[in-house]
Amino acid sequence: MSQLLKVAEAAAHGVTESATHTAQHAAHAATPSLSLLGDNLPALAIVVPLLAAPLVALMIRPALAWSLAALAGLTTLAVTGGLLARVLDSGPIVYAVGGWAGPWGIEYRIDTLSAGMLVLVAGIGAVSLLYARASVAREIPPARASLFYSLMLLCLTGLLGMCISGDVFNVFVFLEISSLSSYALIGLGSTRRAFTAAFNYLILGTIGATFYVIGIGLLYMMTGSLNMADLATLVPAQMDTTTVQMAIAFLAVGLSLKAALFPLHLWLPNAYAYAPSVVTAFLAATATKVSIYVLVRFVFTVFGGTGLLVLEGPLGLSAGTLICVLALAGVVVASLSAIYQEDAKRLLAYSSVAQVGYMLLGVGLASPAGLSAGLIHVFNHALIKFALFLAVGAVVWRTGSAHMAALAGAGKRMPWTMAAFVIAGLSLIGVPGTVGFVSKWMLLQAALAQQLWLVAGLILFTSLLAVVYVWKMIEAAYFRPVPEGGPEIAEAPLSLRLPLWLVALACIYFGLDASGPVGIAETATRTLLEGGA
Amino acid sequence: MSIETLSGALLAHGNYWIVIGLMMTGLYVVIDRGNLVKKIIGLNIFQTSVFMLYISMGKIDGGTAPILDQALGRTYSNPLPHVLILTAIVVGVATTALGLALVVRIKEAYGTIEEDEILAIEHGEDDR
Amino acid sequence: MKRHSILRVTAKFFIPPIMLFALYVQFHGDFGPGGGFQAGVIFAAAVILYALLFGRARTEKVLPLPVLRALAASGVLLYAGVGVVDMLLGGAFLDYSVMAHDPHHGQHYGILLVELGVGMTVFAIMSLIFLSFAGRKR
Repeated sequence: MSQLLKVAEAAAHGVTESATHTAQHAAHAATPSLSLLGDNLPALAIVVPLLAAPLVALMIRPALAWSLAALAGLTTLAVTGGLLARVLDSGPIVYAVGGWAGPWGIEYRIDTLSAGMLVLVAGIGAVSLLYARASVAREIPPARASLFYSLMLLCLTGLLGMCISGDVFNVFVFLEISSLSSYALIGLGSTRRAFTAAFNYLILGTIGATFYVIGIGLLYMMTGSLNMADLATLVPAQMDTTTVQMAIAFLAVGLSLKAALFPLHLWLPNAYAYAPSVVTAFLAATATKVSIYVLVRFVFTVFGGTGLLVLEGPLGLSAGTLICVLALAGVVVASLSAIYQEDAKRLLAYSSVAQVGYMLLGVGLASPAGLSAGLIHVFNHALIKFALFLAVGAVVWRTGSAHMAALAGAGKRMPWTMAAFVIAGLSLIGVPGTVGFVSKWMLLQAALAQQLWLVAGLILFTSLLAVVYVWKMIEAAYFRPVPEGGPEIAEAPLSLRLPLWLVALACIYFGLDASGPVGIAETATRTLLEGGA
Repeated sequence: MSIETLSGALLAHGNYWIVIGLMMTGLYVVIDRGNLVKKIIGLNIFQTSVFMLYISMGKIDGGTAPILDQALGRTYSNPLPHVLILTAIVVGVATTALGLALVVRIKEAYGTIEEDEILAIEHGEDDR
Repeated sequence: MKRHSILRVTAKFFIPPIMLFALYVQFHGDFGPGGGFQAGVIFAAAVILYALLFGRARTEKVLPLPVLRALAASGVLLYAGVGVVDMLLGGAFLDYSVMAHDPHHGQHYGILLVELGVGMTVFAIMSLIFLSFAGRKR
């Protein structure tokens, strides 16, 4: 490309007739030609899982379906990794789907934040698919296995699409692709309660998604645009109209519902508790995070950043303060609820609601430090909860239950699994040397920098609550006697332990050397606060 | 406020009143009804209100169907909201089908599709 | 439904035109109103009408569920496949202009194939939804 520019430059200076001719020729040949692996990388991130999903559905033998799905997952991870490297190297990428440029066509717009999210989601998707083989063989009837993998890939497509798209309606379409497949995935759980959990999630999720559509409809009414970057330039002039303010309200409520912000979290505990183990691990580490990403995208890219958050609203409350209050209330209430749970999956689900509170607290602080802390917590918590749910999934694989009674004695009988569980549990509390510490420390510093003593105190207090509920599980696993006369329980198979340990080691690695993710989060914060993608 | 201005205000924004009415009806049905099939119906009414919002938004006074023909300078209605809502309708159909499929499975597993009866069964299980 | 001869005879008259109309909507979608979504639903309506009157068993003889599942998957494959072919030909994903020498023709072929994929999937899924619900033992 740079060579081409040089030739064109030479031609512009009118060196010789033939040089001009060469340049024109070169330009003509080069314009329509995009290389598959270079310029089409953004499309491939979506196309690989999307194309693999129907292929996997056509496979009759579960083993074949799994191999193809896992291969697709790994390929997607490689593609998103390439995208991240490129973005870090040479700045944001804009990709026009179908060759139709924005603001009329659908644009994929990848900046540091979206590239980071893509790698996170694709990485978790790939590891879940690797883990899935043994887990699915135990929890899903073989006749449905290939459809199960197909749904996982579709869900992955939807979540990746939400991160990559720069078109607000396209985001809705991807949101529904991921939501519809996750309702079905949750409904595949082994007890009948999975049906009611999936049904409740379907009702609330659809209301959330419909609120989102109303919001973008109102925005379209005022601006005539659906492109995020274009909206960012058009919205400020309309900011004072009731229509745009209503749009913000609808978008905030709809996306908070999908992100399970307290008090809109009621669908989450049951959905996570009764879904198949792989689905719980995959969704807990990605679904709510991606919704938070979209919310952050709207607040900072479309609605022009912190101005919206510090804007004085009714009762003298700014939107940022409101988010902080709800987030902290969520952290406290959900942590307290987690302490009283007797089912490990349900306990961890409540803990997820609490952790969503920390992420949004960072956003609500409306400072660069707070936002980076919130974003880095999205990454860290994804790793932590993923490891915890993978470990619980391994216990479920052996004992068929995630109840505290099923955990009893697991520390002796499944030492490897439970050791990884302990590492992730310590991260969840925020012990130094683990990822959990990095983000809580940053969050604490952000709160202290704004002299919000109460907020800082609550962060410390809720960490103590985390100690209580994590201890509850560890106590059951290590200090309760092995039940007498029960079935013989051995260590989980290697195909479950390897992915689990991979994630657990990542929890330590990124806790000791957090420069990679923190650097990405800080760059992302800078671009977000400067406005524009 | 005289009757004329009131009816004028109602008529000028007639589509919005219909949308708001449908939206509230739908949400009320979803929240209030315990029957799971009725919840799905409520959800459908709620979604339909949004379809109406988009479709009426695309209408331009005096605009015709947006089909390109030889005569230039004609006013067309905006087709984009219609296309968007076609997608949303498909999503709505998929949601309804999935929701009803779950209701069938719930009926088979619990023997009822009344929310309170299902909750009573689940609480009974927890107490044991 | 064995005794409703009027319904059965009328339906037999109606089903072929419904299918023909679906095909018209499908292949005229790039000139006028129409397209894969609508055509797929109309075609499925013909199948559903047949299943209502002549029973699920007879319908599944013509359209076994595994075939419908495969059709649904291949529709998506066709759609995404067109996009991949465009990328291999040096365009963006779903940029049909590169599919023929004349970009206009390329756009024409591209949208025709993509809409065919949409039509196949929508038809298969709508029929599958109906047949699965109808086939559920109560």
